Amino acid sequence: MIRLEKRPQPSQLWTVLTPVLAVLLTMLVGGIMFAFLGTDPLEAIRTIFWDPLFNPQFAGFTRPQLLVKAGPLILIAIGLSIGFRAGIWNIGAEGQYIMGAICGAGAGLAFYPADSVLIFPLMILCGALGGFAWAMIPALLKVRFGTNEILVSLMLVYVAENLLASVASNLLRNPEGMGFPGSRNFKQWPAAHNAELISGTGMHWGVAFAFIAVILAYVLMSRHIQGFNIRLTGEAPRAARFAGVNPARIVILCLGISGALAGMAGLFEVTGPAGQISIDFNSGYGFTAIIVAFLGRLHPVGILLAGLLMALTYIGGELAQLMLGVPGAAIQLFQGMLLFFLLATDVFTNFRLSLGRKEPA
Amino acid sequence: MNRRTLFTSVAAATLAATAAFAQTDGEPVKAGFIYVGPIGDGGWTYEHNKARLAVEEEFGDAVETVYQESVPEGADAERAITQMALSGADIIFTTSFGYMDPTIAVAEKFPDVKFEHATGYKRADNVSTYSARFYEGRAIQGHIAGSMTETNKIGYIASFPIPEVIRGINSAYLHAKKVNPDVEFSVVWAYTWFDPAKEADAARALIENGNDVILQHTDSTAPQAAAQEAGNVITFGQASDMAEYAPMPRVSSIIDDWAPYYIDRVKAVMDGTWESTDTWDGIGPGMVGIGEITDAVPAEVKEEALALKESIASGDYHPFTGPINRQDGSVWLAEGETASDGDLLGMDFYVEGLTGEIPN
Repeated sequence: MIRLEKRPQPSQLWTVLTPVLAVLLTMLVGGIMFAFLGTDPLEAIRTIFWDPLFNPQFAGFTRPQLLVKAGPLILIAIGLSIGFRAGIWNIGAEGQYIMGAICGAGAGLAFYPADSVLIFPLMILCGALGGFAWAMIPALLKVRFGTNEILVSLMLVYVAENLLASVASNLLRNPEGMGFPGSRNFKQWPAAHNAELISGTGMHWGVAFAFIAVILAYVLMSRHIQGFNIRLTGEAPRAARFAGVNPARIVILCLGISGALAGMAGLFEVTGPAGQISIDFNSGYGFTAIIVAFLGRLHPVGILLAGLLMALTYIGGELAQLMLGVPGAAIQLFQGMLLFFLLATDVFTNFRLSLGRKEPA
Repeated sequence: MNRRTLFTSVAAATLAATAAFAQTDGEPVKAGFIYVGPIGDGGWTYEHNKARLAVEEEFGDAVETVYQESVPEGADAERAITQMALSGADIIFTTSFGYMDPTIAVAEKFPDVKFEHATGYKRADNVSTYSARFYEGRAIQGHIAGSMTETNKIGYIASFPIPEVIRGINSAYLHAKKVNPDVEFSVVWAYTWFDPAKEADAARALIENGNDVILQHTDSTAPQAAAQEAGNVITFGQASDMAEYAPMPRVSSIIDDWAPYYIDRVKAVMDGTWESTDTWDGIGPGMVGIGEITDAVPAEVKEEALALKESIASGDYHPFTGPINRQDGSVWLAEGETASDGDLLGMDFYVEGLTGEIPN
């Protein structure tokens, strides 16, 4: 009989191996799915994983786009991972992302059409504050009244979406937009435009901040006492309390960091790739980032790689739709498989297969 | 997806790989389509895709088409359009309002590619816009709805507060009120073009509040299903005929017929006569179709509705003919005056009698 037996320590080997295994399994099962859909599976897999990087026709455009797509995912996922390590489940990054975009863009638009180098930094700051403030709602409610941050942060996403619809069609609406909803386009206002830092590379400030966040998170989590406290809170809350860690402070710290990073990601997106506050500029980055955080094993470097991989499946998936006529739903299924297999193989990190009868305890 | 489309897409892919940008006379013209929903939405995107298939049917080997479905209206749209242009498309139809700025941005980078943006207002040398006068169809819906409601309460599932949607609400309301002065409209803003779960929730809530007619400006058939479940509620197909819900709850429909326009524009690219234009056609030219009015509608109402359709098609009657006041009581159109296209395109107010506010 095959049984699962809990490992005394999570396996180091499997921790590294599971994401790789998950990708391979996704390719295999996804390939079978593509075959059933009548597409050559090898060609589909090649289009998704290879063409965005190396296809001579597209790569010049899609390679930089990988950074554009991965940037916000990484930035948000880094923030989320810190909370997740402490057992604080911020599911509402999408809302914080929207509020950051609204606050940052609003702060900038208040000065339109001024032309000062200070405008963009101010917008970044306000973006971070907007996300931070939105995350403080579940944080303070949890600390004060013991509410569940999962529910509160998730519900606040819907509130944020409605606020977005409201400001896009009224407060921040482009006065020259003939009554249509949507703010001014930041691409036409250099002082507030989050342009590419080096033309043709896809590197904008959001991507730069994502890389900086990876480094800082690494330092925080492995070198700093607060990082230790965070991990301790997640792994052994009672021990943490005995060690003098204030749980309320950890809640505020974790939700604050993740909210601020998500808010900044929103601001960078809205002033750069999206270009304007519109009713539905948010493309679900806040939710996808949760997958990225777990795919990256809640480790900064892992998240960096997972963000790039996720971006690759998005852009490759678009190419597969375009070039091979694969239905859009099949691509979503393919991405879903990735998370599914990651969670499935994850079992082996904490458990081992044992054959034979149960040994006496 | 059927094998035929699949085959043509694969052929397109191989061809594009070898002949990027090269548009010589012997090459088929490549037409690309960006869709906001899945091609199986049964509504808006379904009709655009039907028109794409009509283009293939019309030109056979002389044309290849590619499409990408469910493209979000944010930063992703610009990438999707760019990739389509890079793949060698000669003409690209971007079929939702939210693709406006991305379309203009990509068009700047690809001056040799023609772009066609649906329902927007920004044009360029290589960007045309096109839309249909859906409000003409809404007038007929309003007439039937106002005649048939027993509770005098009509529910309206709206998508986004943009002029196109507001026009539809106003047009339906004016014509419902004309036949039934006691009629009341409840508008629910769903903030989505396609979200079956949300649309069904909105429909159920409206029905529970006593609305016995549900109009929708969202693309799925979920409200139809919700009405069927409730019974004694009538609906209208949106964007597509939705005939599977006939004769009840669906008593008629507005059908978008993009095929003639798409065929025309692809032909223009082939002939080298393509020019940037702005097209806004209605029932007359056939861009807006009225789906069969079922027997659930009393015969005399059906007759009036068809007469209304006739007079709109011939141009004898404009659905926005004064006297019409704005919601705040101020005069918009004087007796006998008809609305200008400019006013209609920027419409951001309710007409007198509608309750509630346009969200802002």
